Amino acid sequence: MDLVNLSSTALYTAFVLYLIATFFFGATIRDRRTDGKKGNAGKIAIIITVIGFLAQLVYFIARWIASGHAPVSNMFEFLTFLGMALVLAFIIIYGYYQLSFLGLFALPIAMIIIAYASMFPTELAPLVPSLQSHWLYIHVSTVALGQGILGVSFVVGLMYLIKQVDQSVKSKGRTWLEFVLYLLFVLIGFVVITSAFNIANYNATFEYSAGNQVIATEYHLPAIAAPNDSSLVTEGVMKPWFETPGWFQGEDAGRKFNTVIWSIISGTILYLVARLLFRKRIGATIQPLLKNVKADLLDEIEYRSVTIGFPVFTLGGLIFAAIWAEVAWGRFWGWDPKEVWALITWFFYAAYLHLRLSRGWHGKKSAWLAVIGFGIIMFNLIVVNLVLAGLHSYA
Amino acid sequence: MRKVKCECGHVNPLGTVLCESCGKPIAGNQHIDGNDGKKLLNMRYDGMARRSQTYTKSFVDRVWSFFSSVKVGVWLIVIALVASMVGTIFPQEMYIPPDAPNRAPSVYYEEQYGVFGLIFYQLGLHNLYSSWWYMILIALIGVSLVICSLDRFVPLFKALRNQKPKKHKSFLSRQRLYSESYEITDEEVVKLKEKLKKRRYKLTEANGHILAEKGRFSRWGPYVNHIGLIIILLAAILRSTPIFYMDEYVWVREGETTVLPGSNGEYYVENKDFILETHDDERFRETLEKEGMVASNYQTDVVVYKATRPIPGAEPELEPIVEDSIQMNQPLEFDGYELVQSGYQLNEFTNMTFKIHETDDSNEESLGTFTVNLMEPESEFVLDNGFRVVLDQYYPDYYLDDDGIPASETNFPRNPAFVFFVYPPESENAEVSFLGIGKNIDASGENEYKLGIADFEMHDVSGLSFKYDRSLPFFGIGAAIFMIGVIQGMYWQHRRIWINRTKDGELLMAAHTNKNWFGVKKDIETVIEDTNIKMVDDQQELDEKEK
Ligand code: HEM
Repeated sequence: MDLVNLSSTALYTAFVLYLIATFFFGATIRDRRTDGKKGNAGKIAIIITVIGFLAQLVYFIARWIASGHAPVSNMFEFLTFLGMALVLAFIIIYGYYQLSFLGLFALPIAMIIIAYASMFPTELAPLVPSLQSHWLYIHVSTVALGQGILGVSFVVGLMYLIKQVDQSVKSKGRTWLEFVLYLLFVLIGFVVITSAFNIANYNATFEYSAGNQVIATEYHLPAIAAPNDSSLVTEGVMKPWFETPGWFQGEDAGRKFNTVIWSIISGTILYLVARLLFRKRIGATIQPLLKNVKADLLDEIEYRSVTIGFPVFTLGGLIFAAIWAEVAWGRFWGWDPKEVWALITWFFYAAYLHLRLSRGWHGKKSAWLAVIGFGIIMFNLIVVNLVLAGLHSYA
Repeated sequence: MRKVKCECGHVNPLGTVLCESCGKPIAGNQHIDGNDGKKLLNMRYDGMARRSQTYTKSFVDRVWSFFSSVKVGVWLIVIALVASMVGTIFPQEMYIPPDAPNRAPSVYYEEQYGVFGLIFYQLGLHNLYSSWWYMILIALIGVSLVICSLDRFVPLFKALRNQKPKKHKSFLSRQRLYSESYEITDEEVVKLKEKLKKRRYKLTEANGHILAEKGRFSRWGPYVNHIGLIIILLAAILRSTPIFYMDEYVWVREGETTVLPGSNGEYYVENKDFILETHDDERFRETLEKEGMVASNYQTDVVVYKATRPIPGAEPELEPIVEDSIQMNQPLEFDGYELVQSGYQLNEFTNMTFKIHETDDSNEESLGTFTVNLMEPESEFVLDNGFRVVLDQYYPDYYLDDDGIPASETNFPRNPAFVFFVYPPESENAEVSFLGIGKNIDASGENEYKLGIADFEMHDVSGLSFKYDRSLPFFGIGAAIFMIGVIQGMYWQHRRIWINRTKDGELLMAAHTNKNWFGVKKDIETVIEDTNIKMVDDQQELDEKEK
């Protein structure tokens, strides 16, 4: 077996192990309900998680050797690494607090991120000159670790909200919480629909002119939104319903917009199916699982993850980033959208830490902030990379 | 100044919330830290008097109070955050793509983004991060940082230096972690002390009362990190002066030696060769097929010269000082300057050689040739055989503009085109020829002689940044101090456990930490093992937890 295959098999193995570990973490709920003292499920679950993490490490190292550079240089590699960092952060925090429920929520989030990653091109890609620097690896891996730890605060904040938001009365909190959960469904929808059409090998090609060139874009999902001013070349496929407006900028704007539409459609369908199945809001469905967790403890873990993740993020996302930019471009800061969003993230968590100093900013408010903070991180990863083109935009 | 005397005899300064000695809440001042009607005491700064809370009359007092409020600080940070977001909606001026149809900001934004683009431009958001108001915002954060830190540092310093183990019961019972135990023997207390020491607590004792404390230095973390931030802001101010920062850009052709702008004629650089390499590695075959060419190296081989002028005003004498290759991620450093690989232009024309032949001659036999230097073209060429050629128009980078009139897009010879007047020997009447790459037009259709491109030479051009940045060490120091401060404040915590005993064997235990309550509870659990001391209750108030 060659290294590339070994690497993707290892990643797949890790994914499956995380899935199995999630079920074992789920089983710990039953444990507590029946006899009150801790069973073995929690122990097994964490062992499987660690093995999964090791498998992912094999993926990482094999790919590194195969490509000759640390696999953190495109969307697929970075997001996969972020998922790995989230698992690592979870393992560390589990070691301290021994809270099995955390696994039940953290691992699925990590899995969604990894699945999302593998929807991007996974072939080995060469490095352009600006990326050929050790500082790249140092910068990117520290950023991912920091974001992974902050990701734990998101997971715990979300758990806190699911537990504490009153599902029996209508409130803004209840609506927004359901919306956040719905967004997770959209991400899953994206993964499901992309995989389905990939397996079916769907392809439709559009051509449009930019300047004096004719550019071809390949769609792997049926085109609902065609590229602006384009014509469909492939025959026998679904005709587009409308064109992407011209003010959508950047390479492949049409295809990305089309993907967003599909994700929303399939996410919504999945969400509605889940609602029909449970006959309850998703928040209300999950809430009973968290009955035995102390809200205080969740609040504490959420805050601690931020206090641990903030310095790591600062180091990777601002300081190492600046050093690398200085070496590569001769300027350590250039107000590139990606840099600005790293600064925004940093400001946000600084605000979070200051607010925590005062009374009245614990509990729900702070949990919302932890959720929003990770939203900013994901925005930086997804929207800034794919939409606001800049020096960093991958793919 | 009015002082407040506590029942324990200690005299506290005006504005004190908790007695500096015994911690008893001072009546009438509880609103300052929001303790009114709460079970738990606010332990920030140990209830010391703070200037911002005590003096609020004069103008200076008000400014001080305003900036020392964390609420104001957070608002400033949030405003900066939102402003920064706004600037990323559309590209900043310097990120307008080079291949945009029209790069003038007044046109670009409206053309690309319609009304929203126009508004973006008119509000000046295309240069947001260097706008005066953004600078002021950042400066205000700096001011707030300084005042806020000073306002709290001094009282905190005093409070932590003189701590008394004996505390008033109303202080202890209003801590978040608190327990009362009865009939505790001296042996048990000895055991407790041993275990506390093992957990690396420092003990202070007075009359059998104990204060166990650890990680106090972490309380200075925020002040250390704020100092780091201030150094960074100061470094940014330094960087805006030419003494600390210079950044120039220079285009150098292969084979050319030019003066480095900004060096006062002291340094010259020669571009010996520009190299662009691309990936062609079996491992990346799939990606390369999909994406086409991917560059693997941008490199300029340069020689840097130092100029000496034996006689002022004379042509400088150039003495080579370094010869090296500059690559992306590997700038060249010399004499405190830096040359950074920043851009390139491939395949510009250096010169073009033309030949004259008879229009009817199908063999196009040459009657004579002449060479045009495309950087500095001469205007007239006299050939050996008596032909005279005048270069009437030269378009280095030819295109037809919107009105169909020939024009040059740039001044770089990337796509040269020419209008020549050809004077045959002894003739005063010129024949007009228009030539360009793939174009050879005889407007009259009656020319006896025709021009053709016989040969050409090409070169690459390398774009180099020439700069120094002497503010970097200050940014480095600031960032290092910031990181030390943050780690100090985040990865360690200040934990205090008070153990007070009354005469009848009663033991009051209370604990406070600035973060990580889970950790301090674990500590207490281990130190009270094998004793009858009761585990502390977590009295965190419901309103803080939210129902
Ligand atoms: C972007 C700017 C800032 C950053 C990155 C920053 C960072 C920090 C950090 C990391 C902490 C430690 C928090 C903790 O231990 O939980 C802190 C504490 C603090 N900051 Fe800032 N800060 C900034 C601006 C400000 C401003 C403008 C103010 C003024 C209002 C301020 C006032 C404080 C105060 C009062 C503390 C608590 C000090 C203590 O615990 O004794 N900070 N800051």
